[in-house]
Amino acid sequence: MNNTTNTLQTIKQDFQQGLDKYERRIIVCAGTGCVSSGSLDIHQKLQEEIEENGYDVDLKLRKEEADTEAEEDDNVILSKSGCQGFCQMGPLVEIQPDGYLYTHVEVDDVEKIVEKTIENGEPVEDLLFTSQADGEKYKGRDEIPFYELQSRSVLKKCGSIDPEDIREYISLNGYEAAEQAYTKMSPKEVCEVVEEANLRGRGGGGFPAGVKWNLTRKEEGDKKYVICNGDEGDPGAFMDRSVLEGTPHSVIEGMMIAARAIGADEGYIYVRMEYPLAVKRVRKAVEDAREMGLLGENIFGTEHSFDINIMEGAGAFVCGEETALMNSVEGKRGMPEPKPPYPAQQGLFGKPTNINNVETLATVPMIIEQGAEQYKEIGTEDSPGTKTFALTGHVVNTGLIEVPLGTTLREIIFDIGGGVTDAKGNIDNDNFKAVQIGGPSGGCLTRKHLDIPVDFDSLIEAGAMVGSGGLVVMNQDTCMIQVAKFFMKFTQEESCGKCVLCREGTKQMLNLLNKITEGKADQNTLTKLEKLGQAVKKGSLCGLGKTAPNPVLSTMDLFEEEYRAHVEDNTCPVNECDALSVPEIDPEECKGCTICAKECPVDAIEGEPQEVHRIIAEDCINCGTCIEACKFNAIS
Amino acid sequence: MSDQKTLYINNKEIEIGDERNLLELIRQKANIDIPTFCYHSDLSVYGACRMCVVDIEGQGVQTSCSTEPQDGMQVKTHTKEIREIRQMALELILANHDKSCPTCEKSEDCKLRQLSAQLGLEESRFPDELNDDELDMSSESLVRDPNKCVLCGDCVRYCSEIQGVGAIDFAYRGDNAKVIPAFGHDLGDVECVNCGQCAAVCPTGAIHPKHETQDVWEIVDDDDQFVVTQIAPAVRVAIGEMFGQEPGEISTGKLVSALKMIGFDQVYDTSFAADLTVVEEANEFLERKEAGEDLPLFTSCCPSWVKYAEQFHPEILDNLSSCKSPQQMFGSLSKKVLAQKLDTTPENIKVVSIMPCTAKKFEAERDEFQDANGIKEVDHVLTTQEIGKMFKEIGLKFENLAPESFDLPFGFATGGGVIFGNTGGVSEAVLRYATKKTTDQELQNIEVEEVRGEEGLREAEIELAGENLKLAVVHGLKNAGKVAERVKNGETNYDLVEVMACPGGCVAGAGQPINFQNGKVKKRKEGLYKVDKTKGMQNSYDNPFIEKSYDEIGDIGGEIAHEMLHTKYQDRKRIVDNGFNIFGNEEAPIEMKVCVGTSCYVQGSQKILHDVINYLDRYDLKDRIDIEATFCMEKCGDSPNIVLDGTVISEADSDKVLKTLKDRID
Repeated sequence: MNNTTNTLQTIKQDFQQGLDKYERRIIVCAGTGCVSSGSLDIHQKLQEEIEENGYDVDLKLRKEEADTEAEEDDNVILSKSGCQGFCQMGPLVEIQPDGYLYTHVEVDDVEKIVEKTIENGEPVEDLLFTSQADGEKYKGRDEIPFYELQSRSVLKKCGSIDPEDIREYISLNGYEAAEQAYTKMSPKEVCEVVEEANLRGRGGGGFPAGVKWNLTRKEEGDKKYVICNGDEGDPGAFMDRSVLEGTPHSVIEGMMIAARAIGADEGYIYVRMEYPLAVKRVRKAVEDAREMGLLGENIFGTEHSFDINIMEGAGAFVCGEETALMNSVEGKRGMPEPKPPYPAQQGLFGKPTNINNVETLATVPMIIEQGAEQYKEIGTEDSPGTKTFALTGHVVNTGLIEVPLGTTLREIIFDIGGGVTDAKGNIDNDNFKAVQIGGPSGGCLTRKHLDIPVDFDSLIEAGAMVGSGGLVVMNQDTCMIQVAKFFMKFTQEESCGKCVLCREGTKQMLNLLNKITEGKADQNTLTKLEKLGQAVKKGSLCGLGKTAPNPVLSTMDLFEEEYRAHVEDNTCPVNECDALSVPEIDPEECKGCTICAKECPVDAIEGEPQEVHRIIAEDCINCGTCIEACKFNAIS
Repeated sequence: MSDQKTLYINNKEIEIGDERNLLELIRQKANIDIPTFCYHSDLSVYGACRMCVVDIEGQGVQTSCSTEPQDGMQVKTHTKEIREIRQMALELILANHDKSCPTCEKSEDCKLRQLSAQLGLEESRFPDELNDDELDMSSESLVRDPNKCVLCGDCVRYCSEIQGVGAIDFAYRGDNAKVIPAFGHDLGDVECVNCGQCAAVCPTGAIHPKHETQDVWEIVDDDDQFVVTQIAPAVRVAIGEMFGQEPGEISTGKLVSALKMIGFDQVYDTSFAADLTVVEEANEFLERKEAGEDLPLFTSCCPSWVKYAEQFHPEILDNLSSCKSPQQMFGSLSKKVLAQKLDTTPENIKVVSIMPCTAKKFEAERDEFQDANGIKEVDHVLTTQEIGKMFKEIGLKFENLAPESFDLPFGFATGGGVIFGNTGGVSEAVLRYATKKTTDQELQNIEVEEVRGEEGLREAEIELAGENLKLAVVHGLKNAGKVAERVKNGETNYDLVEVMACPGGCVAGAGQPINFQNGKVKKRKEGLYKVDKTKGMQNSYDNPFIEKSYDEIGDIGGEIAHEMLHTKYQDRKRIVDNGFNIFGNEEAPIEMKVCVGTSCYVQGSQKILHDVINYLDRYDLKDRIDIEATFCMEKCGDSPNIVLDGTVISEADSDKVLKTLKDRID
């Protein structure tokens, strides 16, 4: 036993006792989504309202105050949490122990909440979650299908605890796994547990973290580093941000354990500056941990030291690539380097370095705590554990979810996601067209893939990848070429410009896609696009380039017909590509004057005089003559 | 059982030696010239051009430049997939390349052209995607043509890894990526030392030496002008490469003959001026040695090194030899002594240098080397490449020419003056001279092996008149920077430090014929040592024409010598001294400069600037003052600093500044 250990236990007890003295706890979601829709104002209003009503409110539960001031049983604690995941329904306010989860809360609702729930323990019915599918109201997390069907372990603390209070983290056995790793386990043993748990990199590649740790551990070096890769940059992905915002101490503890495993004494958290809240919370968490002696010298009374620096990235997508990230930390231009040498051999400042993604590191304490066997009980054999996904697109419930690996897409989209929405926003599961998974590096999956298990290997087999974990659901009104173009434009702009195939190749791929959506393509275009895509995929220097063609190649494979329609018939089947959209005649405005039919150079307009005319889509060449010819502005 | 490790290239078993990577192994041992743009054996592995991809069993497509050869590796160098990737990469580069090949500077030596032919490229399947950027003509020595850049980064790495300058680097992302000087400035306005090695390693014409051939034709064509030319030592062992000769082959006589054919009135040898440099510099050295002052003496005949020292190590400028470089000594002699002899004026003599070097162009333009009337000592500098092109222009069969001799008196040189072109050459020539001067005897071994060689920094101790002299010979400016740093910190006890910017010395200058072949520099060096050996005189001390020159120059190191043959240097730590104009016109009666360097900024200079502007606005006094924001004034200890009409206000605050300003305005 030593001082730090004593402290941990004392804090844990005190915090718990302090918490027990409160009758109710109000948790206001302070994740980026809810904050941007006004949750901080609600927090402020709640504080004022409760004070006015004579409750003793404390934003932070401090030990001495908890002991001395928390007297009455009607005390209330109000706290801010990290992202609770159900972003679409925000701002969220949860009341414990009643378990009510209020959605779309506004400042004006605060009085009602205080009056009804805080005073009397009754729910404010209007604010409860109402299912779009059946109109039924749900009380709270335990019942709402969005939560009920998930398996939240990494995100468990995220959204329930106050991320800015290290003592609350500690009260939930926080830093005990690190203590165990430093005081009761050898580095080799730590590596073995993580290897045995088969924890695979959550950043996209799925490389076993334990293997990586072991390689780095075996490297000789007077100095080693641990890096937390928080440079999340995929459009639509925000799980790393949520974890850093919601439970920063899990990440710090994971880094401490990694440092113990490989023998590092210094670490970096690389987080993008566009995540100001994450930066702030992580910074505070590191300071608090340092103050408590969890970081610094002689951790847990051992001879080992470890401290963490925070590095804010300037927001280049490519800096999520590990060698580019390390260049960036070193103050150089964020450009990837050829591997080998791998970071384990020659990483940051030329020293052996272990670099893991935020979610991977946040999972580590749990594995050490419960052991590899128990960890592996969830998930599939080759992809154990859970994975967070950012669910967006044409789906009822959007937000941050966590499910066991191996869950099917059907369960994720139709059950947790609450079903697919059509163009009008109504639930219509038959309207499902595809789901784009893995962001700019991933690919698309269709109805035929709905029942494949979502895990690292099955997805690759199906032509997609877990990637960063973005899940964009698309309905039948989505043009797949536009989807491919969206991602291509993104990677093309984010390419660092170093290697020829990625820099020039993505630009030319985008050119070719533009040709297709502008009706300027021919069969040759498709062949060229495919060949170019393959070359970029095989020949690029880093992961960004190697995966950049995926959204194109996968849609070309799955939606060949749609590509053909654009190229051969000059039509966009869902009418999303402006240049290919066939003009339409407004029946209300058409007088049947026949002038359009006369002017049409390809006789693609039919209709009797004095009657509403119609454009024959298959024949139309979209020249625009009819639009100009119509005197009644009936064609657009 | 043998320990020999082997791998298989296209099924052929090949032994693994000490090759640094698979690419070198394949090129050296498998007789396959794998194409590359971005691989350069002296630089770090970059892996950007993707041309050197090979297929490795179990690993798939990998760049051979970044792969370590491993026992049992099965490598295929030309599978269908590999050929397609290479072809694709090349087509993509071509789509983003200004293809004005017939008129391109690099036309004959362009790697992109060569590889397109080699890979049998028929067309690029992709439309041109050119940005059409402007040429950067700001430098005296080099021209940047961004439209021809393939972003291989060779120039960037050379400039930072070998020269330690970092004048250019990558900027922007995606297809906007480009290689530019810092903050998008022009090359002539940044720390570039004009060594031109960026151009030498550039596989295309994206950066190349600036041309003066048309100007030279003009003065050659003008019958009223007396045009003399000087040939630097290193040119004679390289020019032949442009006409099918081997590197190192000595072409001195042919060169003289060809220059006469072009129409130069007199052809002289820069090695003569180098002999003169030896005399002046050795005496300067002996004087300093005796006085124990300003040691070590740094040589100063390399203009890139001089600019580098001025920019990055101004603290040691007193240690630099005050001797002009041989090029400028020659120019000075021509304009002063030769003009007298020919009974003409300096205006009517034109001096054209033939140099292996791009920085010599910059040197010739320096203020120090022109008189009050703007008459330059050296009017034009042609690189070896340029003079070779002039020969080609007139259809000269250079290789068949009968040798001719230099004109006298400035055409007679000793071996000491010739070896100036090699790294270590200056030191060796000075040693030869100093020994004879102090002991009246030749060095025991006149060929000083200790200072010859390839190492970036070579140290030697040589006995001179009973005393051990400590020498350092350094080439590559990054190495020079390290030595300069150690000298500043008092960590060395050198007496003499010779610096050449280009690794290998002038023979490896960026003005030399383009030659991507390995080992060419070594052969050129051997060529110069061969010239030295065959010279009747190897010691500058013995040059009778030098002795005779002192009839006009007077004493060695004397007053005239100083005026004619010596110079001084300037601190160039601040390259751009004009700041940003905030407002006002230059005619305004009051001039104010506000330092917005980091320290002053942090200490509140920005606020002062703000307050002053507010004040001027309020009283409508803006036309009375010219305000400029400047870079660091290097008075950080007294931040913030404001200069008002030449008077520095240190530790300034708004009150102080406004008060002074009001006094001025009243």
